[in-house]
Amino acid sequence: METPKLNAERIKKYIEHEKRFDGRALDEFREIVVETGISKNAEGSARVKIGKTEVLVGVKMDVTTPYPDSPDKGNLMVGAELTPLSSPRFESGPPKFPAIETGRIIDRIVRESKFIEMEKLCIKEGEKVWNVMIDIYSLNDDGNLLDAAGIGAIAALSASKIPKYDEEKEKVLFGEWSNKNIPLSKEVPVSITLYKIGSKFIVDPSLEEEDISEAKITIGRKGDYISSMQKGDLKPLTIQEMHQAIEVSERVYNDVLKKIEKQLK
Amino acid sequence: MTKESKSKFERPDGRETDEMRPMTAKVGIIPNADGSAMFSFGDTIAYAAVYGPKVMHPQHSQNPEKGTLRCNYSMLSFSVTERARPGPNRRSTEISKIMEWALEPVLIIDEFKSMVVDVHVNIIQANASTRCAAINAAAMALAHAGIPMKDLVSSVSIGKLDKQLVVDVSKKEEDWEEGEGATDIPITMTHEGELTHIQLDGKISGEQLREALEMARKATQEIYEVQKKALKESIG
Repeated sequence: METPKLNAERIKKYIEHEKRFDGRALDEFREIVVETGISKNAEGSARVKIGKTEVLVGVKMDVTTPYPDSPDKGNLMVGAELTPLSSPRFESGPPKFPAIETGRIIDRIVRESKFIEMEKLCIKEGEKVWNVMIDIYSLNDDGNLLDAAGIGAIAALSASKIPKYDEEKEKVLFGEWSNKNIPLSKEVPVSITLYKIGSKFIVDPSLEEEDISEAKITIGRKGDYISSMQKGDLKPLTIQEMHQAIEVSERVYNDVLKKIEKQLK
Repeated sequence: MTKESKSKFERPDGRETDEMRPMTAKVGIIPNADGSAMFSFGDTIAYAAVYGPKVMHPQHSQNPEKGTLRCNYSMLSFSVTERARPGPNRRSTEISKIMEWALEPVLIIDEFKSMVVDVHVNIIQANASTRCAAINAAAMALAHAGIPMKDLVSSVSIGKLDKQLVVDVSKKEEDWEEGEGATDIPITMTHEGELTHIQLDGKISGEQLREALEMARKATQEIYEVQKKALKESIG
């Protein structure tokens, strides 16, 4: 936590009165800008800005052997890097917990929502399947990298073309693309992370708000269903608060979806 | 080089032998950083961010006699056609060091004792000459951060395709196989014309190398103008 105590106390006091420093409502996102096709050598890529927070996400594919427990389904790998370029708080070196957590949470949002139709990514059962690799990089951290990463992953997947594959030589022709998109479900999953400050929940925190939050919960939704969830940090939540979190996440999911749907490819 | 010999040689993308790919440069792309910039040669795009001067960690790396420049070059996994594994490798470690050697001579950081200036560069999209784009972006980001500098540096790759010298090598040219194949010579120069970095892979005569240096001198002047313009725009 790098936010001074004085600011922290003032932010908390404001939030108790349902007010935020930047004038937003507690359940209101900053402006979201999604741009796809930002890196030509990727199968698909996206830049997502939420206010001044910015991430780049790219999808690469190759062909590998399937996992033994899913011989007829493609593989999915999600990784995140909180680059030292994006914040004075991040250092070079092996990934620390927040980067690993980001990758893991986004992996589950994509996987559990069944956004990718994995069975359509099987080339030869038990032998060859497509491997979808999503890599997330932070460019500027001004709070809520987690939700930006989730939107970025969805946007990059939506803009992805499958590479050409030489069936005789059983080789992927990297740098050449077929006209096929990655098969995706019609409904789009989005994760909304709620941060608890004092007795209230907020969404899309600024960096300071993120610093002083005592618990967070990421809820991955697709349509009417919740398909992934993770509570983070120490502060416990009451059942009442969980009810509230579910309700808020549904409302915000619809808001965010409306904001990004037109910008998806 | 006569006009005639120029027109005889066909580059894969139709450029003249002394023609650079379109360049773009922008300063201030990363709000969190003390200085930042992007630089691109055609499809090669580099982002650079500067943090510092700040206290050097780990402490045992501190130099009590002068300030330190620390560069960190890395390619995004999806910047190349075949996914690059995230994290440092021998290549990126070497390029990071090369960048320090290319940039530090123009910095005036002697007074920042025990401190470090960090430069982080990410390659967003790669089509050869990534280290040159990285150095160009880094030089601009350092200037944008207000680090005292006596000059700017500009970097370009000179290629020899078969027997022909060309400026600003693309990926297709880097993989040139006809005749004598490809020789790649990335060069960094100050605006004054001093070399702060040169590497060479391939085969070239001393005489032709001298010619390559002249080409680099001319190209780096062009790059310098692009860098200067972007820096001026950033201060309105």
